[in-house]
Amino acid sequence: MKLSQFLPGQTGVIKEFTDLEMSVKLMEMGCLPGESIVVERLAPLGDPMAITVSGYQLSLRKKEASTIIMQ
Amino acid sequence: MERDLKVALVGNPNSGKSTLFNVLTGLNQKIGNFPGVTVEKKIGFFKLSDQRTVQITDLPGTYSIYPKSRDESIVMDALADKNNPDYPELIIFVADASNLKRNLLLFSQVADLQIPIIIALNMMDLAKQSGIEISVDELAQKLGVQVIPISARKQEGIDRLKEAMQNASTIPLQLPSIEVEALAPEIIQKIQEELHVEHPYVALQMAHQFESMPFLSEEQKKHIQALNWEYDFHSQKLQATETIARYNFINDVLFDTVKIHSDPKSETYSNKIDKILTHKIFGFAIFFAILFLIFQSIFAWSEYPMTLIEDLFMWFTNQATQILPPGLFADLLIDGVLAGLSGVIIFIPQIAILFAFISILEDTGYMARVTFMMDKIMRKVGLSGKSIVPLIGGFACAVPSIMSARNIESWKDRMITIMVTPLIACSARLPVYTLLISLVVPDEKVWGLINMQGIALMFLYVLSIIGAILVAWVMKLIIKSKERGYFIMELPVYRMPRWNNVLLTMYRSVKTFVFEAGKVIIAVSIILWVLSSFGPTNRFEKIEAKYNSESLLQQHSQDELDRMRSSEKLENSYAGILGKSIEPVIKPLGFDWKIGIALITSFAAREVFVGTMATIYSVDADDSEVESVRQKMQSARNSETGLPVFTTAVAFSLMMFYAFAMQCISTIAVVYRETKSWKWPAIQFAYMTALAYLASFIVYNLLK
Repeated sequence: MKLSQFLPGQTGVIKEFTDLEMSVKLMEMGCLPGESIVVERLAPLGDPMAITVSGYQLSLRKKEASTIIMQ
Repeated sequence: MERDLKVALVGNPNSGKSTLFNVLTGLNQKIGNFPGVTVEKKIGFFKLSDQRTVQITDLPGTYSIYPKSRDESIVMDALADKNNPDYPELIIFVADASNLKRNLLLFSQVADLQIPIIIALNMMDLAKQSGIEISVDELAQKLGVQVIPISARKQEGIDRLKEAMQNASTIPLQLPSIEVEALAPEIIQKIQEELHVEHPYVALQMAHQFESMPFLSEEQKKHIQALNWEYDFHSQKLQATETIARYNFINDVLFDTVKIHSDPKSETYSNKIDKILTHKIFGFAIFFAILFLIFQSIFAWSEYPMTLIEDLFMWFTNQATQILPPGLFADLLIDGVLAGLSGVIIFIPQIAILFAFISILEDTGYMARVTFMMDKIMRKVGLSGKSIVPLIGGFACAVPSIMSARNIESWKDRMITIMVTPLIACSARLPVYTLLISLVVPDEKVWGLINMQGIALMFLYVLSIIGAILVAWVMKLIIKSKERGYFIMELPVYRMPRWNNVLLTMYRSVKTFVFEAGKVIIAVSIILWVLSSFGPTNRFEKIEAKYNSESLLQQHSQDELDRMRSSEKLENSYAGILGKSIEPVIKPLGFDWKIGIALITSFAAREVFVGTMATIYSVDADDSEVESVRQKMQSARNSETGLPVFTTAVAFSLMMFYAFAMQCISTIAVVYRETKSWKWPAIQFAYMTALAYLASFIVYNLLK
């Protein structure tokens, strides 16, 4: 399942990435395989989304979240 | 200033780096430019207790040493090149204690560059609040560097940090983190040997980033490129491997140095605030309320200081007129330099107020939420969520708004924002619109309620928004960017604004504007003065002769004669000749050469239109008498046809021209200063003029 399909309140653990370029950027921001994620909320218009990862909040577009495969 | 120790501040965005910089240096700082980028280079000075002077450079905040923008690459340029003037003898790494894991990624990269380094562990109080317990000594031991807990906001631990800087070793002592050589052994060795690079991680970075490293020669770049091919160097794959290895190391370090006691179910206060501020309905309502407040304040609060500045310059002008002997020098000083200078100073209140608000919004963390909320809409037309602030500010004045576009990280989004902001109906257009509307739109009410003139004005404001959106959308399709657009952004926790930081931001933005844009504005004002006060000698002599003759003196009063003389002089000046020479071009828009002169002089600033109209129609010298200008313009007749000059068609055509044309040297100057090239102001000028011409042409021919 992709992170972009998660609903607010759902939690999960990162399994892998489908896009190398995006994965480098996401990993720099603390989104690593094995790291757990909480989806906090969606922007009022449904995109982007806000997640909590390794102790802080990160916002990313759904398009970017769709490159993260969850366990 | 002489210095004994050169220090660089490195850290993540939102780690409190700038706060620490301000605390360390106070007002003793210089703002300069890094070559080729838009971020300001902040250098400050302070003394250690052993009387050594420290020069400290605030490098742009970044999450990784692999830059995601040209601005971020400054960090690598400064730290990899020993000949760079910013190459430090010591790095202060500012780390956010409440978010140590992510902060240590950049630390471990920077530490591997083998420059002596100290960690300033900021926001310890915040970490404690969220139940994070860090054993500082153990962390220092594991990393092999001094770790100083500080709170930059509360100014705690600063003396200890200074002490640590004083005692810092001159050789790097940090322990190795990952096995850098193992990542790409052959290529690292080759680059180290052949380019005489001392440290393996610098060599590896060269293999990754050689294209954007300004200190490498073309020959060296080609050489590295060849090596990359030879050893099948895959930059992104290696970067991924490296990042994972570094996080493994960091997890090891943090495993027994950091304890988290927090209850993961307890909701943070930031989260609670977000529930309201990014709510579907309240979120937008609050945002528009804040915008309304900013917009109102820019107008309302700046009114008094602006009047004060105007009065002050009026006083200066009067004094100068009295003291200086009349003549060319006095004219140059009064109509050229003083007028230009007042055109610069007058913007200071608006700039200061807008930047105070922006700095508060940034500081509190609210700006990140605005971006979060607006991103989806703005992205559709090629802008970013952060474009909303410059665009709204554009209603007051494009100059501070374009400066505020600095907050937009994506180069393409920022350029498009800068390019369309001057289309928004700014306050300088208002006097022009009011004059022209009062000329042709009847002051009547429809259905007893709605004022026609008000509708006309509103139409112009709405048109400006539509124009900006359409142009942004077109530019989104045209501007090519190698950057792949993405939106991975930290949502920092909400905090109280740091008031001295707000003051410093106001001070810095005003200073930048006055010294950078001011130069161009004054230069162009002087050129415009020359154009409108000089003309071919024989023509001017004839005018002088005509007005010195006795017969005219008997028919008219001295005042009247002076006005007639200056009107005729303007007509025969180079500006006048220019106005006449562009008449064939502007005729299809319904404009005559008199309007042509006004268009040319308006390049100083749009509101000059009213003053020029006053001079051309030789009204009393007092520009503010809109009423008398209006009457003169209303009775103006075409000398050939005898029909009125300012018909509805002409007035609306003129309004269209002022709506779209780039008639503001201050904006041109500030776009040049913000984009660091003449290319963008030139493109902007060209497209806006074309748009203005087209709109005027269509409107004139429809209404004719």
